[in-house]
Order: sequence, then C-alpha cells, then structure tokens
Amino acid sequence: MKYSLFGNGKVTFGVVVLGFFVLLALVGPWITGSVLGLDARTNDISAISAPPSAEHPLGTTQFGQDVLAQVIEGARGSMFVGFLGAIIGTAISVLIGVPAGYFGGTTGNLLNFLTNLFLVMPVLPLIFVIAGYLQGTGLVMIAFIIGVFGWAGGARTLRAQAMSVSNRDFVQAMRMLGESNTRLIFSEVLPHLYGWIASMFLGGLIGAVMAEAGLAFLGVSDSSAISWGTMIQAAQQQSAVLRGLWWWFVPPGLCIALVGTAAALINFGVDELANPKLRSVSRRVVKRTAAHRIAVASEGA
Amino acid sequence: MTDTTIRPVLEAIDVSKHFSVANGIGDAAVVRAVEGVSLRLLPGRIVAVVGESGSGKTTLARLLARFYEPTTGEIRLAGAPVGRTRRARSEKTYRKAVQLIFQDPFGSLNPLHRVRHNLERAIALHHGRMSRQARDERVASLLERVSLVPASDYLDKFPHELSGGQRQRVVIARALAVEPRVLLGDEPISMLDVSIRLEMLNLLDSLRREEGLAILYITHDIASARYLCDDIVVMYAGQMVEAGPKDEVISNPQHPYTKLLVESSPDPHRDVAVDREAIFGDADELGEPPSLIDPPTGCRFHPRCPFAMERCRTTEPPRAVLAEGRWADCWLHEVGRAEELHEAPMTELITRRLSEETR
Repeated sequence: MKYSLFGNGKVTFGVVVLGFFVLLALVGPWITGSVLGLDARTNDISAISAPPSAEHPLGTTQFGQDVLAQVIEGARGSMFVGFLGAIIGTAISVLIGVPAGYFGGTTGNLLNFLTNLFLVMPVLPLIFVIAGYLQGTGLVMIAFIIGVFGWAGGARTLRAQAMSVSNRDFVQAMRMLGESNTRLIFSEVLPHLYGWIASMFLGGLIGAVMAEAGLAFLGVSDSSAISWGTMIQAAQQQSAVLRGLWWWFVPPGLCIALVGTAAALINFGVDELANPKLRSVSRRVVKRTAAHRIAVASEGA
Repeated sequence: MTDTTIRPVLEAIDVSKHFSVANGIGDAAVVRAVEGVSLRLLPGRIVAVVGESGSGKTTLARLLARFYEPTTGEIRLAGAPVGRTRRARSEKTYRKAVQLIFQDPFGSLNPLHRVRHNLERAIALHHGRMSRQARDERVASLLERVSLVPASDYLDKFPHELSGGQRQRVVIARALAVEPRVLLGDEPISMLDVSIRLEMLNLLDSLRREEGLAILYITHDIASARYLCDDIVVMYAGQMVEAGPKDEVISNPQHPYTKLLVESSPDPHRDVAVDREAIFGDADELGEPPSLIDPPTGCRFHPRCPFAMERCRTTEPPRAVLAEGRWADCWLHEVGRAEELHEAPMTELITRRLSEETR
C-alpha cells in the first residue's frame, strides 16, 4: 500500500505553515516595500514605541521602525540561517557519518573519533570564541558556525544506520560485481537513509533558527542584519518586556515557535514514512475496523 | 575426474582461512574455518561441495569469490596466482571471471533499485559504454537467458514485485551480465520453494552445458547435488574428507562421514535398504560437528566415528587415492579395513559403539 505523506493533518499543517514562511522570506520584503509602503529600517519619528495602528499594523519599535516590516524582513534572515545551517550540518553529517559506518577499520574509527570529538565539544563557549575572533559575523557566518558545530549527533545516527545497511547482502553482491566504494555508498547504501536524512534536515532547520535567535540574544550576531533573533535582542536591550511593548517581541517569538512546530510536524510524517509502525490510522481504516467489529458482534448474537 | 587436456579455470591450492575472534575479556581465539582445501573447477563441469552447517562451505565460496584473503595457500585463476595485493585492476579482472550467487535472493537485490539498474550496472562495469539500444538489447537477452520473458515485463519491476524464484533468476542474470567463466553458487536454491528448485537446477545445468561455465555448487542437500553435479567434494569441520564422481561417492562412500551424510538424507532409491526408524530413530545420538576453535586432534571425525582407532585420535589420516579418480582421507584404507564401511548402516554402528562404551 502506498503511503501518502499528506494523508494526515499534522503534515499538511506543517507544510502549509513552513511553506508560508518560506514564501514570506522570498517575496515578503518586496510586498512590504512596494505594496504596503513600509520599510524595516526607516525611523518614523512621529511614532516611537507606538502600539498597533492602521499606519503600523504591528506597531513600531523604540526607534520608530515598523514591526510588521521587520518581522517580514526577519523571516528572510532567520529562514536563510535556518536553511543554510541545516544544509551545512546535514551535508557534513552525511559525508562523515555514512562513510564512518560503511568503512570498518581505521577509516571508520578515525571518522568516528572526529564525530565523538565534535559531540563532546563545549559548543557555546567555542562559538563565542570563534565569533569574537572573526569580528564581523554576518548571517552566512552564523549559519556556517551553527552547521559546523551541530552535525555530530546526526552523523552518529547515520553511522549506525549505514553500518547495518552496509552489511546486507545486496551491498556485498554489488561489491562482488565490482562496484567502487563510492558508488556503493552513494547508490546502494545512501538511498536507504533518505528518511533519516530528511528528518535530520528538518531537525537541523528548527535547531538553526533557534540557535540563531539564541546567539543573537546573547549578542553574537550581525547588528545590521534583521532576523527574528536580532529583533528579540533589540527588544530585550530596550527593556520592551518591562515597558509592556509586547508588539515588539511577541511577533518574532511567535514566528520562531511556529516554524519550529511546523518542522516538527513534518518530521512526524517523515518518521511515519520511514517507520510504518508509527503511522497514525486514517479515518477510513478506523471506519472499516469499526464496521467489521459490529458485523462480528451481530454475527455472534 | 581429472582430464589433463582441460585446464582448470579456478583452482584453490591448499587454502586455509582462520578468523580471529575476541571474547568478552579480550582473549583472542582462532576459528579454523577452512583448512588445507584444494579444489579445481573445470570449464563445463559442476563440482558440488556438500557438508553440514559449519563445515566451512560458505567460507570456501567466499574465499574463492575473494571476499576474504586466504590465511595460507593460493588461489589461481586460469593458472595465474591471484596476488595478495588488492590492485584495482587485478580485482576487476577477477570479478569479470568469477561471480558469486548468494543464498538469499530476498537479501541480495537492493529493494530500492529496479531490475534494470542491477543488470545495467553489471554491463557498464565490465563492458564499458555502449549505445542505449545495444544495452537494452543486452539486458533483454540476459533476462531471456534466465527465462524471464517477455523481458519488458520485468525490466522496470522492483524486487518486492517478484517472487523468490524470479529474484534468484535476476541475481543469476546479473552475474551472467559480467560474462564470467566461473559461477559460485552458495546454496542458491536453499531459500526457494521446493516447486521451483528444479527449474533453478536446470537453469544452472544449461549454463554449464551451453556456455561452458565452471560451476561450484554448494549445498547441504545430497539429492540436488546428485541431480546437478559431476563431482562431489565432502567437507567436514573445515576439511575435505572425500571427493570423486558423484555416483560413486553417493552409492559407495569411502569415508565414514560421507556414509553418515548419505544415509541421513532421505532417498527412495538408496542402494542400502534400511527402514526409516533405523536411520532417524537415534538421530540425536549421532553427535554434533566439533568446535572449529579447538578441533579434535588426528582425524576430526574420530569423536563421532564408530570405526575410530587409536591412531585416528593422534594422527591425521593420509589421503588414500582410490580408483575412478576418487580419494578419501581415512585410516581405514591404510589398515585395510575399508570393507567394514559397507557392513551395516552408520546409525547401527554408532549405536553399537555407544552401547559398548557405556557397558
């Protein structure tokens, strides 16, 4: 039986929400600029820390910048860091983890050692040191740091999976045919891990968006770039919470939570695709089972 | 058995394979999986290797397929020794000449690849680039060769859409795509339904007959070996104990183990008339194969052998060369007691010995 990824509501909701934010990141700034006539960086001196109004739908910041325009502009920054960080992290974990599982012996041990090294590294202090060392930290650099320090767990998982797939007969059979190791890894072993990789990518996406916000909150960010993280950080610096400027920090926080939820929901679907035992029953199956139960009961009576 | 005019394609000369295993506290032990095995595969002939589980049959097949390097001894391909260095080029030449068919057709095809992929990879690896049309023709003719017709019905199928027999045919077609000279079958029919085993054996037979392939057929099933092969080699506890033309070996075993093996397999046409109860009634008293980590001294079969003499326990038996190209590794031939082998069924002899010992 073919399993449709969109068969249940969780995944559909996740895809719609994540799709919305991706779209927002792609075309949002253009819409705010040309359609709504708002700019994320202009300071409207007539409206400082103003609550939501017709002119500024989500209010303004301490500096008179429009919050809606900033949230939309921030979507671009956050999603960019999220996707780039997840791509880098996933790519490294595939390139390290799968060969680590496929090759036994010295190669496998070396790669595994590298993975363990990154697994136990105190990431946060290290990021501060590196960020301080690199001076200007643009969004690309932030994404890069998040990816480079966040791949180890995934590589561990992939190593275990690759190890079990590599020992199966069909890999041996193709080796017997004379396939090279590279082809065996990428054409025979890797396709069995797509489910894991997809789920790791989504996990990495949530992680990177959160990590970006967290790092920005702690001051490791590009002050000129706008992301949800930098917005929250700016709000915190101006004591927005104490002063009750909720429209400044709630929208970006909510957006981060929504993206995280959406990615997690899609992840459930991917998990169910890879592991049929987790599949939630569709309404049709429930109905059919119930009908059967009734039929059996009436037969017995 | 030995025809001097035909040169062997693949030859194993005194090959041994020892595996080291570590136990819980880190002590290493050596498993002597295969010891001192010599085997010749001739074009157009099928050699069967029979023996019970753990006798080293599969290890032997994998040695010949060069999954493992032999610990000692040499493997020769068309007379030339195969180097221990794993050079890519020599490896490829070897792969092109020798192909292995796995036991489990459900495991040896990648569930994510279509039939087409398997065959096309084999062709691309060993026959270089060819035009799309030429390749399609080649793939179709391979499928026809293994009776998967019409080929277009099977080309784009995934393994889970095929039956066990069809899968094993695809596996064989994949091996044939390389155009090998030697086919190693590691119990190729043991996982198939009984009803399709015969077709598979006939397919192997026609490959030997029509394409002159040298085939090694590994099995624990004497009946299928008798049906298919020309020569039989019997293995016990990692060693070869008897070899010769199939009919002679099966109807007139010259080694106590061969006799036990032949008598244990149900065969309505057996020469020796024994009733079922006599054969299988005391099956649990027949003993088990020895540990390969610490094999018995002398003849490895002596703990189970009803004929065991003092020298069987201490010294390895010499090879007794017999008529019709046969040989057997047994002291009975040396001391002139070979006739005793035919006096009574093995179960009876073993029971008799056991009761003597307990008395």
